[in-house]
Amino acid sequence: MKVEITVNGASTSADVEPRLLLAHYLRDVLGLKATNIGCDTTSCGACTVLLDGESVKSCTLLAAQVDGGEVTTLEGLSPDGADLHPVAAAFRTEHGLQCGFCTPGMVMAAVGLLSENPKPTEREVREGLEGNLCRCTGYHNIVRAVIAASGQDPDEVQGGTLRRASTEGVEAAPGFSTGDGA
Amino acid sequence: MIPVGFTYERPETLDAALALLAEHGDDAKVLAGGHSLLPVMKLRLAAPELVIDIGRLGELRYTRVDGDELAIGAGTRHHDLATSDVVEAEAPLLGAVARTVGDPQVRHRGTLGGSLAHADPASDLPAAVLALGGAIVLRGPRGERKVPVEEFFTGLFSTALEPDELVVEIRVPRTGSAGWAYEKFTRRANDWAIVAVAVVDGRVGLVNMGSTALRASATEAALASGASIPDAAALADQDTDPPGDLAATPAYRRHLARVLTRRALTTAAH
Amino acid sequence: MSIMGTRVVRVEDPAFLSRGARYTDDLDLVGALHLTLVRSPLAHARIEAIDVGEARSAPGVVGVFTGADVDLAPALLFGGANDKMVRQFLAKDVVRFVGEPVAAVLTEEAYQGQDAADLVEVDYDPLPVVIDLKAAATDEVLLFPEAGTNTSNGFDHEKDLDPNLFDGCEVVVTRELVNQRLAASPLETRAAAAEWGEDGRVTLWCSTQNAQDTRSEVAGWLGIDAAQLRVITPDVGGGFGAKIGADPEFALVVWLAKQVGRPVRWTETRSENMTGMVQGRAQLQTVTIGGDRDGTVRAYRLDVLQDAGAYPRLGAVLPMFTRMMAPAVYDIERVESRARVLVTNTTSVAAYRGAGRPEATAAIERAMDLFAAEIGMDPAEVRRRNLLKPDQFPLTTKGGAPYDSGEYEKALDKVLDAVGYADLRAEQAARRERGDTMQIGIGVSVFVEITGGGAFKESAAVEVHPDGTVTVLTGTSPHGQGHATAWAMLASEHLDIPVEKITVKHGDTDLIPRGSGTMGSRSLQTGGVAVYQAAGELVEVAKQRAADLLEANVDDLVVERGAVVVRGTDTAVSLADLAEREKLRVDTRFDSGAPTFPFGAHVAVALVDVESGKAVIDKIVTIDDAGPVLNPLLAEGQRHGGIAQGIAQALLEEVVYDEDGNPVTATFADYGIPSAAELPSFTLLDMATPTHLNPLGVKGIGEAGTIGATPAAQSAVIDALAHLGVRHIDMPLTPLRVWEAIEGAK
Repeated sequence: MKVEITVNGASTSADVEPRLLLAHYLRDVLGLKATNIGCDTTSCGACTVLLDGESVKSCTLLAAQVDGGEVTTLEGLSPDGADLHPVAAAFRTEHGLQCGFCTPGMVMAAVGLLSENPKPTEREVREGLEGNLCRCTGYHNIVRAVIAASGQDPDEVQGGTLRRASTEGVEAAPGFSTGDGA
Repeated sequence: MIPVGFTYERPETLDAALALLAEHGDDAKVLAGGHSLLPVMKLRLAAPELVIDIGRLGELRYTRVDGDELAIGAGTRHHDLATSDVVEAEAPLLGAVARTVGDPQVRHRGTLGGSLAHADPASDLPAAVLALGGAIVLRGPRGERKVPVEEFFTGLFSTALEPDELVVEIRVPRTGSAGWAYEKFTRRANDWAIVAVAVVDGRVGLVNMGSTALRASATEAALASGASIPDAAALADQDTDPPGDLAATPAYRRHLARVLTRRALTTAAH
Repeated sequence: MSIMGTRVVRVEDPAFLSRGARYTDDLDLVGALHLTLVRSPLAHARIEAIDVGEARSAPGVVGVFTGADVDLAPALLFGGANDKMVRQFLAKDVVRFVGEPVAAVLTEEAYQGQDAADLVEVDYDPLPVVIDLKAAATDEVLLFPEAGTNTSNGFDHEKDLDPNLFDGCEVVVTRELVNQRLAASPLETRAAAAEWGEDGRVTLWCSTQNAQDTRSEVAGWLGIDAAQLRVITPDVGGGFGAKIGADPEFALVVWLAKQVGRPVRWTETRSENMTGMVQGRAQLQTVTIGGDRDGTVRAYRLDVLQDAGAYPRLGAVLPMFTRMMAPAVYDIERVESRARVLVTNTTSVAAYRGAGRPEATAAIERAMDLFAAEIGMDPAEVRRRNLLKPDQFPLTTKGGAPYDSGEYEKALDKVLDAVGYADLRAEQAARRERGDTMQIGIGVSVFVEITGGGAFKESAAVEVHPDGTVTVLTGTSPHGQGHATAWAMLASEHLDIPVEKITVKHGDTDLIPRGSGTMGSRSLQTGGVAVYQAAGELVEVAKQRAADLLEANVDDLVVERGAVVVRGTDTAVSLADLAEREKLRVDTRFDSGAPTFPFGAHVAVALVDVESGKAVIDKIVTIDDAGPVLNPLLAEGQRHGGIAQGIAQALLEEVVYDEDGNPVTATFADYGIPSAAELPSFTLLDMATPTHLNPLGVKGIGEAGTIGATPAAQSAVIDALAHLGVRHIDMPLTPLRVWEAIEGAK
């Protein structure tokens, strides 16, 4: 069957099996590989994209269901590595990614979260990202990134629970600085 | 990870959807939000020959006051309920419960009608609707009928819905000023409830204490006859048949039901 | 200005945050067939027959293979295991765990694979199943009758325990502990792809932590010369130890590609991963601790049964590290340990973040708490009285470990002070007095661990190009650790060329034939130092050439902004120009010679609802001292990740099998991997005690968080219930377990 989906602002169409998952339409039909698949029980959120502006898990949608709709992936949100989308930029600044596999979905989920709750508390960020699993970061810096992207200071939010390690009283080894600013 | 192949129809109207359903009966499954159906199809635990997508029927997506009831279209998403001013004013329990279902991505897609039709005793909304009372409106070739919610859930994943009918509307009493609370006990935030308790206006709905959502009737009766909250809550697990699994033994679920009922009733009373 | 020790944001990120990283499943491989594996649904069974007729004629099917077709000798996946415990690449006569591959289906399209796989009919004759370690040790149900035993190997496992070990101890406490089986759960599942070339060589792309070892292993299994095989490592979406070493499936992919004469690619689903990928921990431990009422610990015994799973892999050697680290940070007169490795009808066990050391720390920290409870002493105080002192270093411990440096009491003091220990105890007392529903518990751990304990040597090459850019080749294999940034910093330090102009390459065996990958927190102290060394050597070479060119004295030359400059003048020649004239590249190999021993202390505060049993870690204050920090941003990230996994082991995660060997937690919906909502923010304190073992003084940070956080979190929850008579709860401390412990103590 034929589906027509606007992806990252561009019209796309293809003849697909009804059972083709949106995630595979994006990855395999369109070649947009940023969106990843991390599980098979709709648990991990690595496949999160925006559908008509709302965050959804593309592994639990048929491309057919999205016919006529508008999808945004990380490639569309933040196409230029040299000029990252503000949420993506915050992830970089706060080191909210390590292996990067959960990251596209995490960034899209964060964008969705902030569109619905522009100034979230730490708890609201943690609960708002309950559908996105990360194994590398322990979430601490992801939460910092989302708070920073919202225009709030992660060092100040909620009594400084997210504050960075302090470099007080650390003697720098020869050749090493104490940590802040290169 | 990949469903067995199927044919797909996306009818443009409710009547067209019903016609398809009448024609294909047991070979077809209805797709609304898809967040109960697609996961089981991906694991190949279900393999319908035809999927009928009603997820875009705008006519099923609304929340409006109708007399002394709140009428909610079956296609209303959990996110809609969670953010609706009308629901907040008229049946705040429903909005609060909808806010706890799954995660934000799931809530953007899952529907109230779908959740009720799926009738998973571990899911949140059936118990909330049961606590609120009211009726489920079904439509089929024989016309429309209203089933009181107490009669809707008939067994494990079973409802009063005939194979050729669809849930089209849910009607709940307007209980805006009545005390309410929802206590949901999970291991992780995104997990199904180990046990949950929905309380509104002296009625108590239980999640995951049997093969369907249940009312804690003994607790309700005790409250109605003037018992204290702790005494009434101690009866919450009567006439229930809680399952045992990795998360909880039946005995633990009974204990949780009593504790959560007491907490929910206490919150609702303030 | 030195770049060392500064927060440099990652050079990897612009790509990761725009087009995304490029993982194995993202590769464009023209004409590749998709491999779908048929896996055993039974834990132990004889294969009577396999019917592939219907599958062969399904749409898109190019081939279906079973064990009978695979002409490869079975593999002994760990050299030290019982040599009868070998694994076929596709099961031939017997399956020994749920998930063991039985048939391979190749299709043109990915979606066709599962359809065809469903049509393969396997006739199984069930055999008795053994899951429990003690049952396995009786040898009643044997996985390998030809071996005559379920014991794969062991470490002093046959020796008798010393009956006099605890003589003279006023108090002796003994307890059986479970260090439960965990699933590594990297977000990227295993994936591989292979393509044979016209020249008879084959390229294997795979999600691995060490391409060079994978190459030797796979070549060995296939009976081909390693030179015929090129392994390339695309971006890897997490490993945590579980992607160390080649999986048999990788060899199957290469073999199948040869059979059909087309490239073959394979990406497993999460459900497959939860039974097919190696799992971690899985030890049953008996600890016995003895000492005096004044808090002095005099003797400690650790007796371990290690679950190897059905086919022994790296997990079979991890108890060696557990034994080595058994006495941990403590100065104990008499220490005894032994370990037996057993096969069971479960997924194979291998390394998972910490790999043998979290097990050792969890055991002794639990023992210290039990001892403290027995003598009625504060658990932090008991620890303090038994810690090794700074002036004792370096030393070889009772476990045989060569500890380099450590300041254990200082770490303990810092975390106790930062968390406000005395105030917390007061708060705890007040809540107990009031009989609050929400109680708090405080868990303290002091730990040490061995890093870089595997391969001590590592390669590096640094080359400056005529265009002024730099290439660094490393034998390490990052999968989230940020080596592209960190090694660029190390090269930049010597070359004074910005990190943006430095490209770090890894994981391609044609480019980097020798390397030992990234595991065991080895990378910085071997591979990083090698890069630093290579860059330094390059500068010496450049200075010599510049001295000739500029007719200057070598001693008058310095490197500034990528150029060799005669100090105090404008006379200079850029490294790029030197490279233009003559190739400017240094290859080096660094040998650290010995492992290092980072250490730390964690204090966790638990909030426990004693009515419902729900426990959360509200706060955790940590020191993970791995010496000087090259990039605090990256180091903190490693600590965060480790702490999260550590707390998750204590409270949430467990791989569970029913008595028939069916996995019960084989999806992300069932397995307790935490989201952000389950975890608190973490408080990281700084401490940097160098080692003398390498010029940078650095140790390894990758696993410390897991090692310190697990016992602190477990202890905190138990501590919250101490006043109710609870002394111990096995991990994970789920609400059910906590409630049952409270009920049981009533």
